[in-house]
Amino acid sequence: MLEIKNLNKVYPGSLQALKGIDLSVTEPQVVAIIGSSGAGKSTLIRCINRLVEPTSGSVKLGGEEITTLNRRELRKARTRMGMIFQEYNLVERLTVMENVLSGRLGYVSFWAAFRRNYPPEDVRAAYELLDRVGLTGRHNDRADALSGGQRQRVGIARALMQKPDLLLVDEPTASLDPKTSRQIMRLIVELAHERGTPALVNIHDVVLAQASADRVIALRDGETVFDGKPDDLTPDVLTDIYGEEDWSATIRRDGDEVDAGADDGADEDKTGKRNNIDEKAIAG
Amino acid sequence: MTPTGASPDIWRRFSPRQTVIRTFWMIVIVFIVVWSLSNLDITWIYLLDAHIQAGDLLTRMFPPDWGYTGRIMDPLLETIHIATLGTVVTFVISIPLAFLSASNTTPNWVTWFIGRFILVSSRSINTVVWALMFVAIFGPGAMAGIWAITFRSIGFMGKLIAEAIEEIDNGPVEAIEATGAGRLKVLLIGVLPQVLPVILGTTIYRWDINIRESTVLGFVGAGGIGIELYSSINLFRWPEVAVMMTAIFIIVVISEFISAASRSRIT
Amino acid sequence: MSNSSVPDTVWKRPPAFITNPTVRMGAWVLLAAYLVWSVGSLDMDWERVARGLPRAGDMLARMFPPDFSRQSLLIRGVIESVQMAFAASFIGMILAIPLGLAAASNLAPRSVYLAARSLIVLSRTFHEILIAIFFVKIFGFGPLAGLLTLSVASVSFISKMIAEDIENMNMGQIEAIRATGASFSKLLIYAVQPQVLPRYLGVCIYRLDANIRHSTVVGIVGAGGIGATLSASFKRYDYDFSLAILLTIIALVFIGEIFSTWIRSRLR
Repeated sequence: MLEIKNLNKVYPGSLQALKGIDLSVTEPQVVAIIGSSGAGKSTLIRCINRLVEPTSGSVKLGGEEITTLNRRELRKARTRMGMIFQEYNLVERLTVMENVLSGRLGYVSFWAAFRRNYPPEDVRAAYELLDRVGLTGRHNDRADALSGGQRQRVGIARALMQKPDLLLVDEPTASLDPKTSRQIMRLIVELAHERGTPALVNIHDVVLAQASADRVIALRDGETVFDGKPDDLTPDVLTDIYGEEDWSATIRRDGDEVDAGADDGADEDKTGKRNNIDEKAIAG
Repeated sequence: MTPTGASPDIWRRFSPRQTVIRTFWMIVIVFIVVWSLSNLDITWIYLLDAHIQAGDLLTRMFPPDWGYTGRIMDPLLETIHIATLGTVVTFVISIPLAFLSASNTTPNWVTWFIGRFILVSSRSINTVVWALMFVAIFGPGAMAGIWAITFRSIGFMGKLIAEAIEEIDNGPVEAIEATGAGRLKVLLIGVLPQVLPVILGTTIYRWDINIRESTVLGFVGAGGIGIELYSSINLFRWPEVAVMMTAIFIIVVISEFISAASRSRIT
Repeated sequence: MSNSSVPDTVWKRPPAFITNPTVRMGAWVLLAAYLVWSVGSLDMDWERVARGLPRAGDMLARMFPPDFSRQSLLIRGVIESVQMAFAASFIGMILAIPLGLAAASNLAPRSVYLAARSLIVLSRTFHEILIAIFFVKIFGFGPLAGLLTLSVASVSFISKMIAEDIENMNMGQIEAIRATGASFSKLLIYAVQPQVLPRYLGVCIYRLDANIRHSTVVGIVGAGGIGATLSASFKRYDYDFSLAILLTIIALVFIGEIFSTWIRSRLR
């Protein structure tokens, strides 16, 4: 489905953000990309839909080479890739519904967009998506009247309106509190699995990554240093990626529960877990 | 414990160097002003009896010729129309012009330069001067006035809107680009809603200013109450002048009120 | 969970400014009606207008190339305009201080405040060309009228800004200085001036820039400056000279703007 070969990106001023990245996604899985700041995660995601232009290398989506497309073809390709942003990037003054429908902008004419005259099947899909992400009845609210978590849900709905072949998710939870972060990640993973859409998710919260993803890739200084199953993330591997730390406190282990579904009692769970881990660490 | 160096017992607000610079600038300014004043071809003696002259003028204006009011209703209305229609046309032209003149939405640097040049030229030439030109083209009348208002206003509005465009949050623009929308749709949905309050506020603000400008366009023949006003002044018919000035005062105050009230409601 | 009813397939965007649909429709109708009425009521000689477009083309053709040969006339006019602008800005700067103080509601006694505000409002209502004509009638043709016009405009503009700044001041600083027993003038220097000064200087520079623009126009009614030269050139159909003058004005204003922006950025 997605095939990246030898991807390089050098920024002006000779900062090489990506060094020969190879990445292959052949089944609908949620792939978490972890790594410290500046490791190249954001650049990698943006090179795939060319919001950042790669310096060299190949990116193929469904067999089509993205890096050589002209502007018109690139726009068509982008309609097949849904993107979700850290800062939500909604158009604040527009309503929730307009923001969700803007996912179809690649498919409607300029005048239809001007008059907000979207096809009925798109409108129906928008209502259904809003239900699915838990924002029923909020369609006429202005985007800036929503909380962070709610705005991200709109962002998710917008991306899915494109019926994409690939989801590109850039730090979806970095601006959210821990509880909302888990809810949002859970939602993204559920939706990706439901629709059989592969997703690349940049994430800095290692626990969340392990809990949510089918596969974890780690970047350091623009290179891939790990690519495997979430449970294979041992403290040694994390030291390799992030540097020396007491990783035993961070890693999720068997028996720990990361339950973000329940709205009540979630905070208590969190403190309970923390004590658990400390005891285990002290016990050696 | 005690500091080894002697602490100064004088405190100055500005360092010696700053004092020199400030003094330099003050001297320069005074020099320019004195040169200007002395060089101007002015017979300063006229100022001596200025107050007498002014007082004399005011007495001649009273009592105002209220009967004249009937004759000025049409020109007054024409003044308002000139201002309003001119502002409407400006609205249509200045929005695309602003997009051309903003560094983040313009296609290339040539279009940006052209846009900026049009804005500067529009702003540099006074409305009355534009009116002079359009009277030469279209003949005397409201048509010249409307175009004069338009050509002056597009620079004002275009500049403010372009500045607003350059200050937008780029996040939503990125998001719309990522959906595969073309340039125009990105501008329509990603940029325009962000600058809409500025566009509307600036339009109303400029309309208010244009009411004031339209009152004097008649001095060069471009329609409105200026025509009557100019002729009455030249014929020394001061009571009529007083009536017209009162009328102008009223419509300017009303338009300012409308402008302030509307602009506070726009978010 | 979600409703069992079928979700709508039609969605209309809720209006942003006026929510009542009747009022909205009414507003559009009013707008259309106004446009029709105003255009119709204007006494426009459409035939003359139709002839206007080719005239515009003709005029543009006669404008090029711009005629810079009458330099002495041009330069004299420009210098006179610039001098008027500078002198008027200076006078405006100085006189605006007492007027601005008098027009600040938190500093001045009520009657003084009202009188000062009325004066400002009155002088800002009337276009400077109108004020210029009055001065021409009183003092005759020439730059004196122009200087006075621009001074009046400058004083009213700057004093309005000063008054607004003072009214937005942090009163705590005023109280602190008052508590030391300082007299009014010392109060001004220590508490008012530091808060107001930077913006005041910026406003004065801006006004200088604006005065240069306006000084080019008061000449049209005989108040001195390059406006008179421009007006004469139009009347004589010397369009190429007109273009030269216009280009000079544009350049002058442009330089003034750059200078003004540079100085204001240095002031911060």
